[in-house]
Amino acid sequence: MDMPRRFDLSRPLSELHPNEQLKFDSRYLRGTLQEGLADAITGAISDDDTQLTKFFGIYQQDDREVRDERRRARLEPLYQFMVRVRLPGGLCTTDQWLALDALARDSANGSLRLTTRQTFQFHGVLKRNLRRHVQGIYATGLDTIAACGDDNRNVICTANPLFSTAHREAGETARRLGAHLLPRTGAYREILLEQPAADGIDPAAEEEPLYGRTYLPRKFKIAIAVPPQNDIDVYAHDLGLIAIVQDERIVGYNVLAGGGMGMTHKIAATFPRLGDIAGFCAAEDVIEVAEHTMCIQRDYGDRHDRSHARFKYTIEDRGVEWFREELARRMGKPLSEARPFHLDSSGDHYGWQQGSDGRWHYTLFIENGRVADTDQHTLMSGLREIARTFPGAFALTTNQNLTITGITGSERARLESLLRQHRIANDDHHTGLRRQSMACVAFPTCGLAMAESERYLPALIDKLDASLRQAGLAQQPISIRMTGCPNGCARPYLAEIALVGKAPGKYNLYLGASANGDRLNALHRENIGEQQILETLQPLFQRYAAERQPNEGFGDFVIRAGVVPAMPAGRDFQR
Amino acid sequence: MSAVVTHASVWANAPFDPALAEELRSLIARLDATQRLWLNGYIAGSIDALVQAPAAAAPSGPPLVTILYGSHSGNCEQLAKQIGNALTQRGLGFLTLDMLDCRKTHLQEARNVLVVVSTHGEGDPPERALPLHELLHSRKAPKLDHLKFSVLALGDSTYERYCETGRQFDARLEALGAQRLHARTECDVDFHEPAQQWIDAVAEELLRANPVQAPSPQASSPVSSLLHFAAAANRPAASVANAYTRKNPFEATVMSNQRLTAPGSTKDVRHIELSLEGSNIHYEPGDAIGVVPKNQESDVGALLGVLPFGAEHPVTVGGAEVSLRQALLDHFDIGLLTQPLVERYAAAVNTPLLTQLLAAEDSTALQRYLNGRHLLDLIQEHPPENLDAATFAQLLRPLAPRLYSIASSLRATPDEAHLTVSLVRYQSLGRERRGVVSGWLADLEDQGEHDLHAPVYLQRNPAFRLPASNDTPMIMIGPGTGVAPFRAFLADREASGASGQNWLFFGDRSFHSDFLYQTEWLDWRKRGLLHRIDVAFSRDGAPAAPKTYVQHRMHEHGRELFEWLQNGAHLYLCGDAQSMAPDVDQALHRIVERHGSLSSDEAAEYVLDLQRQRRYQKDVY
Repeated sequence: MDMPRRFDLSRPLSELHPNEQLKFDSRYLRGTLQEGLADAITGAISDDDTQLTKFFGIYQQDDREVRDERRRARLEPLYQFMVRVRLPGGLCTTDQWLALDALARDSANGSLRLTTRQTFQFHGVLKRNLRRHVQGIYATGLDTIAACGDDNRNVICTANPLFSTAHREAGETARRLGAHLLPRTGAYREILLEQPAADGIDPAAEEEPLYGRTYLPRKFKIAIAVPPQNDIDVYAHDLGLIAIVQDERIVGYNVLAGGGMGMTHKIAATFPRLGDIAGFCAAEDVIEVAEHTMCIQRDYGDRHDRSHARFKYTIEDRGVEWFREELARRMGKPLSEARPFHLDSSGDHYGWQQGSDGRWHYTLFIENGRVADTDQHTLMSGLREIARTFPGAFALTTNQNLTITGITGSERARLESLLRQHRIANDDHHTGLRRQSMACVAFPTCGLAMAESERYLPALIDKLDASLRQAGLAQQPISIRMTGCPNGCARPYLAEIALVGKAPGKYNLYLGASANGDRLNALHRENIGEQQILETLQPLFQRYAAERQPNEGFGDFVIRAGVVPAMPAGRDFQR
Repeated sequence: MSAVVTHASVWANAPFDPALAEELRSLIARLDATQRLWLNGYIAGSIDALVQAPAAAAPSGPPLVTILYGSHSGNCEQLAKQIGNALTQRGLGFLTLDMLDCRKTHLQEARNVLVVVSTHGEGDPPERALPLHELLHSRKAPKLDHLKFSVLALGDSTYERYCETGRQFDARLEALGAQRLHARTECDVDFHEPAQQWIDAVAEELLRANPVQAPSPQASSPVSSLLHFAAAANRPAASVANAYTRKNPFEATVMSNQRLTAPGSTKDVRHIELSLEGSNIHYEPGDAIGVVPKNQESDVGALLGVLPFGAEHPVTVGGAEVSLRQALLDHFDIGLLTQPLVERYAAAVNTPLLTQLLAAEDSTALQRYLNGRHLLDLIQEHPPENLDAATFAQLLRPLAPRLYSIASSLRATPDEAHLTVSLVRYQSLGRERRGVVSGWLADLEDQGEHDLHAPVYLQRNPAFRLPASNDTPMIMIGPGTGVAPFRAFLADREASGASGQNWLFFGDRSFHSDFLYQTEWLDWRKRGLLHRIDVAFSRDGAPAAPKTYVQHRMHEHGRELFEWLQNGAHLYLCGDAQSMAPDVDQALHRIVERHGSLSSDEAAEYVLDLQRQRRYQKDVY
């Protein structure tokens, strides 16, 4: 049955969200950015341009902690920019690492942030340094295009493409998808890289054959899992691809449509959603499947209400069957039946693992992905020294961790000694909870944050650790994820324990996701502070230790024990 | 000043978009009295044709209802629109204001105020409501006993301090004398229904109290109210003599003492707001305020501690007898040493070391000695033997008043004078030293919320005046606190609707911490008052790079600057006389030389001619 096309690309711009007109009028994202960067009176760019620079991985923020004090002082907010790199598959060379490390210290806030989408984020880049910073990234062979914005975001895949043939093929697919779906506008080159348009290019020509003038209704995210690992949370993305491996080669992918995390507190029509399995495509068809899926969303996604504009709502409203038919119509052939697969865990495998070529890979726990030197350790300096000592590649994971790749058996001891020297080796004393923890950035720079996240979660885990040790659960992997707002940057709704910010010091507590990322959690307590969080979780840990069944995860246990119901589907999440 | 003056608040409330308002203002400014009277009649006649929507089409001065919304997510703004619709349906006139845009004058002129505000986080106002919230809770809050109000509070009952901001507005408006038109309504997340009930009830209440009448052209024509204000503004401003002097200062209430530089700045610059209410002081933009300072109790105490005289020992000051303590507090400079003071002291106490220092042909050693030393150091190092208190007092310099260019305009902020004060604090000889006004301000802070007063008097500065014509372009060069009078100039030009172009050069050390009044310049630029602004921050470049100052920015835009001068612009310079003013002056000569294709002598003559025509004015110190 055909649904009426009320708020999609077929409607006139005047009926759609103002951002649609803005994109349309922007001359392929040029806006007034050139003038805005030249304006020395303000550290900001125009409001409209802040929407456009997102397409170039550049997000205007300000230090919220000094906002009020500066307003009184008749100073504008302390504007600064977050700059996010595009790094499909999360693999960078050690030379690139060293260059980005230098940029972080030279023109950003002195630290690097590894993100849940397997890439780098810089914070605190001032407007007057912005071009120099982006050009520095570009000089390493990387760019920041489409790292934010209404476009196809950084394509992620199961970490470390150097681990096996299938991993390598998944990584190559991520890079091919990223390149194929990349916005083509010359605005980035002209304005940020300051390179003049090449001769013979017609400035009036259509610059975005795939996207058109108004790009996508909202962001679009693709993720590739190589089972049995589900480190990338394949159900949590607009398009999830599960590699089907035969004889060590990827023969094709199961296609999942309509996953996503973000919601708005108390608005039942917004919810996190798991992708629906739509079928299987052969490896050679995967680019075409992704392109058509993105274009279906381009044509049918809601462009009126940005909180209803993700692909998950298109699938929710029209059904996965409709998607299958529309995709088959555009492809000229249907997807075939999904293949069997097994996913065992959504975390990273820490420490040493041997790849199929005999080389060794060390996955390092990095708390909340923040690479900086502190009083406790010299993580940033340490990784710099390691990058210089072992030229090759670093692989970023989607859980904010880092894999040092390609170490020979004889070099292992040297790497271990460097890790110890900088006090950054994986700590055996860490609980399974801390190892499975993630937090978004939140305060002081994120404009959406309602509560602390990255700066607070480690201290909260300190307090939870004591009761875990007491209950004999120190080594039990339990996933805990914290975000400062409900938009879901750390994929909280797939954590066994999630804390989602409501106000300073106040969080909603969600429990009961599965350990392998195939079930959402459910709201347990609303708007509670630290004391109540501890008083809720400590007895649950004790019960779990006493009553759990063999191999039963904490998320499964709280459901069996009746603490929360099993969440049947995203649409029920806020009902 | 031109007689064609319209009151700022009229335009602030005017139902035109800014561009149209600007056109109208400049149009009206060009008309003489006869023409305006004719226009008045014409418009009054044409209003008869506009009776369908009387309230919306011809608001008469202050609106009947002022809707104030403080929104975070946009819900309150939406509700403000719904209120507007409900009032329009009943033919009631209103003005809708984002709280961020609400000024004191809006409240003073308002008759009925409807507040729609949400509560954010743990009981905080939305960010855009903060300035108004602060104003109402500050000493600057206006009396509101002429006002009726009602509050619609939005919140989320899962938070502890539910609807807190709405409750605070409600309580504060009442405390300021306003009467409740209708009880406060508090709405949870599902606000639509209770909000609509409140809107209907309030609108009905307003209609009952203000039955709609056919508009009377005499009373409600916008032009007649303009003329009314024009007449009111045509007051004999500068001609009123004011009785307050340096000897007999006015005790001005300090309403605000706000740091302008961000933490991390190398400077501490304050914005001080003084109330001149009741003083009859009528200053012009360009004038200065003299602050008659007092020394700090702690500094006087330290000095008395090392002097061999009793604190209550009588000394003579200006023919009157006061205690030594009082004289040191009020009358004598006990700060930095000067050569004449040291000479007098050396002669009186006869210390060989000092005499030797003063007698040396090379004055380097003396200068080194004077640098950073206060009276206290001199007394400690060379105790005054064979000296009595009265003789000692006669050696001292009188405590001189400090002059500050006024940073405000009476047209924009009646009864107020704003100052931009750079605090002086430094370390020398192991002690923290403060300038006399800096110490006084620090004392003010220590005293907290009590009634704070500053003894002040008006110091006229007729050589530093706005152009006589509102159309004349101005170039203002004011780095550091030199920018103060230009804030007054712009505020005055905005209030009087002057259409002349304005160009400001500002400079300081760091963009992020020292950009004095940054948000005000940005606002004025956005509103079209400040046509150009160029800035130079000397410490933001790479450490090895040459420092950039205002004169470099002048050179960069030299061609346009010369064009402005050729088009009749006035050029003003305010600030440091030691190095900045000569550098800027030289830059001006070079620019005239280069872009006017003149010899250096001809350029000098050109600049001199600007000064003769009073088109190049300086206030340097």
